[in-house]
Amino acid sequence: MPDPAKKTIELRILRYQPGVDAAPSFGTFEVAGAENMSVLEALQTIKDTLDGSLSFRWSCRMAVCGSCGMMINGEPKLACSTFLRDLPPGPVTVEPLNNFPIERDLVISVGGFVKKIESIYPYIMPKEPKTVEQGPYRQTPAQLAAYESFSDCINCMLCYAACPQFGENPDFIGPGAMALLQRYNGDSRDAGRQKRLDTIHGENGVWSCTAVGICSEVCPKSVDPANAVNQNKTNSAFDFFLRFLRKE
Amino acid sequence: MTGPARDNRSISPIFWLLFGAGGMLSALFGPGLILITGFFAPLGVGLPENFLSYDHALAFAQNPVGKLAVLVVVALFFWHGAERLFLTLKDMKAGPSLLLKLCTYGVAAVVTAAVIALLLAIGF
Ligand code: SF4
Ligand code: FES
Repeated sequence: MPDPAKKTIELRILRYQPGVDAAPSFGTFEVAGAENMSVLEALQTIKDTLDGSLSFRWSCRMAVCGSCGMMINGEPKLACSTFLRDLPPGPVTVEPLNNFPIERDLVISVGGFVKKIESIYPYIMPKEPKTVEQGPYRQTPAQLAAYESFSDCINCMLCYAACPQFGENPDFIGPGAMALLQRYNGDSRDAGRQKRLDTIHGENGVWSCTAVGICSEVCPKSVDPANAVNQNKTNSAFDFFLRFLRKE
Repeated sequence: MTGPARDNRSISPIFWLLFGAGGMLSALFGPGLILITGFFAPLGVGLPENFLSYDHALAFAQNPVGKLAVLVVVALFFWHGAERLFLTLKDMKAGPSLLLKLCTYGVAAVVTAAVIALLLAIGF
């Protein structure tokens, strides 16, 4: 029997260096002993032994940091938690995340996404600030449960790579940022709900969403960003009519 | 930190709430209505005699509460369908947004206006 650890797997990787290459094109690499490797390990092996110029992002190797998102066989996945043995036999195609500009090879530019995250006030804005002496802001387990799942987002942007509306309109705030917005708006210690809601009433806010729902399917952390978007469609819709009754 | 550059408030909430209301209503009453008007009435089973006779139906539609029920059911079902079709067509990139809106919301608006006109025309 052939030793499975010696199995060689072919990876087709999209290579591109803007300003140098005329257009992105695939490079093919054979990785020996790849049977039990994650896609990330295979990429690291290529970088270490075959082509040191291959560029990709990674840090934690354990699906926590969110840096290693890429298209693997056409689906947005974390390279560190996708194992070659779980993929269908044959060459494995690796491309940068869809819908983002390529910085180099598998590295995409995240500036737009970071701006979106910043735009929704991604921090707790307490009603009355407390001094250290006054002690911590307390929260019951039920109050924690109201937002906890949304706080699991690791900003991997897989949901953005999957979202057809973000693909159409790069200004669409998108699923991940909406999950983060809901994480703070659902927090009992926070008083910034209205301020955040006011950032998403436009077409580039929550209203670009056509309820496709694929964002929640591809999310590696089961954050369910589609649910966050939907809840905020309701919130924004009520605000559309109730804003006239609101005391500012 | 300064706030983000915001785009104008969208009027989508209007259509979205009509969609939501229509969805709720069609889930609650749609199957029952199909069963009664599509199967029981034509087959003549399970309903009181003359239940859907012309006189009965007319009397129902002439009663103010009946009028309201007819309007709400017909119009909101259409607004629900319009939004669903609009979003699907938008996902399929079937055409410019304005055209798609005309073909979906437009139909719902025309139907709503027609139902109101007809309900008023048959009198009280
Ligand atoms: S919601 Fe999920 S898929 Fe989207 S950025 Fe957060 S962890 Fe990634
Ligand atoms: S390397 Fe951190 S999520 Fe994959």
